[in-house]
Amino acid sequence: MTDHVVILGGGTGGTVLANDLADRLETELATDKVRVTLLNDDPDHVYKPVWLYVPFGQREPEDGRRPLADLVDDSVDVRIDRVTDIDTDTRQLRTRRGPAIEYDYLVLATGSTLAPAEISGLAEGGHDYYSESGAKTLREELLSFTGGELVLSVIGSPHMCPAAPLEFVFMADDWFRERGLRDDVEITYTYPIQRVHGNPHIAEWARPLMDDRDINVETFFNAEAVDPEAETITSMEGTELDYDLLVSIPPHRGVDLIEEADLGDNGWVDVDKHTLEADHADRVYAIGDAADTGVPKAGSVAHYQAGVLAQRLASEVRGRPATATYDGKTLCFIETGMDAASFVEFDYEQPPSPAPPSQKLHWSKLAYNESYWLTARGLL
Amino acid sequence: MSTPDTDPAATVDARGAACPGPLMDLIGKMREVDSGAIVCLLSDNEQSVTDVPEWVEEAGNELLAVEEREDHRAFYVEKQ
Ligand SMILES: Cc1cc2nc3c(=O)[nH]c(=O)nc-3n(C[C@H](O)[C@H](O)[C@H](O)COP(=O)(O)OP(=O)(O)OC[C@H]3O[C@@H](n4cnc5c(N)ncnc54)[C@H](O)[C@@H]3O)c2cc1C
Repeated sequence: MTDHVVILGGGTGGTVLANDLADRLETELATDKVRVTLLNDDPDHVYKPVWLYVPFGQREPEDGRRPLADLVDDSVDVRIDRVTDIDTDTRQLRTRRGPAIEYDYLVLATGSTLAPAEISGLAEGGHDYYSESGAKTLREELLSFTGGELVLSVIGSPHMCPAAPLEFVFMADDWFRERGLRDDVEITYTYPIQRVHGNPHIAEWARPLMDDRDINVETFFNAEAVDPEAETITSMEGTELDYDLLVSIPPHRGVDLIEEADLGDNGWVDVDKHTLEADHADRVYAIGDAADTGVPKAGSVAHYQAGVLAQRLASEVRGRPATATYDGKTLCFIETGMDAASFVEFDYEQPPSPAPPSQKLHWSKLAYNESYWLTARGLL
Repeated sequence: MSTPDTDPAATVDARGAACPGPLMDLIGKMREVDSGAIVCLLSDNEQSVTDVPEWVEEAGNELLAVEEREDHRAFYVEKQ
């Protein structure tokens, strides 16, 4: 009997997992004891961290795309199709184009989607760098922006890469300074809770940097509506801000499939945060942004979780008890300008302690981004 | 402060979530409900004891009651 492992989503988590399984289960794959299928709706694999640099003219969106098939080991069956339905009772997936797919083990690595329509006026009035098209349009806006109120509003929570909103305002501050425009640009950062970041240690570190650099801060600001005509954004707490350029981190959701299959709310799969097993179905797992573990929605998390799950699945396939567990490990570089960055590493037990910003850490972040294509292939 | 007689319009179970998860979950639910509705937040995170009242006041809502239960608290919040 051949065990069929189906991975839904060929982003960071799904791709790293497919390549790790190809390596770990090489013998079983060669002897047809196991099959691995990777399903993705886009023929390209997309590396989102590149988008942070696009508005500042430092990277092109194409730098974040590579054909998925080129990144995945030949022993994995890569299918480009959109899954439309998950039936965890009959262990079947339905897709847009192909026949139904049966699985013995299903991994959900479906990532995050943006839901700007949840805030009235946001789609019309706001810009973002959390999508490829958003990053490109924002580049045009920023290049022609020579003065006025720039507001960065964090609306979605949870959202991808909790560091990226801080990075954006630090980079914008530096970028406008270098271009001699900073005196003409007011930068305001808004955040939903009483500090500038969800994690208290990162918030405590970031706040003085923001004050030093004249970045205005509005905390307890949960955007309720945007008026694109009047160019204002108002919060549930009753604060109204004027803007000339509004950049937002829009509300995030997982894919609808998850809720339709009763696996969790808002597209996030309820899982055991150590074993990554779904709470509401057998032989179903989730990794990366789709898994509701409480840790940040970050590529590094998807990568580490993929490593843990590959070990667990290999044990399952071999009929041995699965012992590997995820300890919450998260790693993150934080740009603090155009040529300096900090770094944090933490897990379920250890809180983060941001490193002093340096040029070396900035180069490390760029090097990490460059070597990402080796990470996705499972070589790093 | 005493536990309200009316049933909450929604209950948000944020037990097990690390900070700021419970407060963010509460804010998300408050966005969805109509004014006058009561939302009940279940949290076992210590930070919620200060986070929740601070936000509720800032947003002009009302904290009707905080119920101490065996291993968590229930916060009843009315949307104004
Ligand atoms: C601007 C920005 C900067 C970031 N910077 C960093 C950083 O510096 N460091 C870091 O660690 N993280 C960063 N991240 C976060 C990181 O990109 C994500 O956390 C990571 O991509 C999550 O991986 P994933 O595998 O869970 O999901 P994704 O990489 O999003 O992949 C999900 C895949 O599933 C596919 N899919 C979904 N539904 C279906 C379906 N029904 N059928 C078929 N296919 C489907 C999608 O098309 C996609 O290919 C950043 C994100 C953004 C937006």
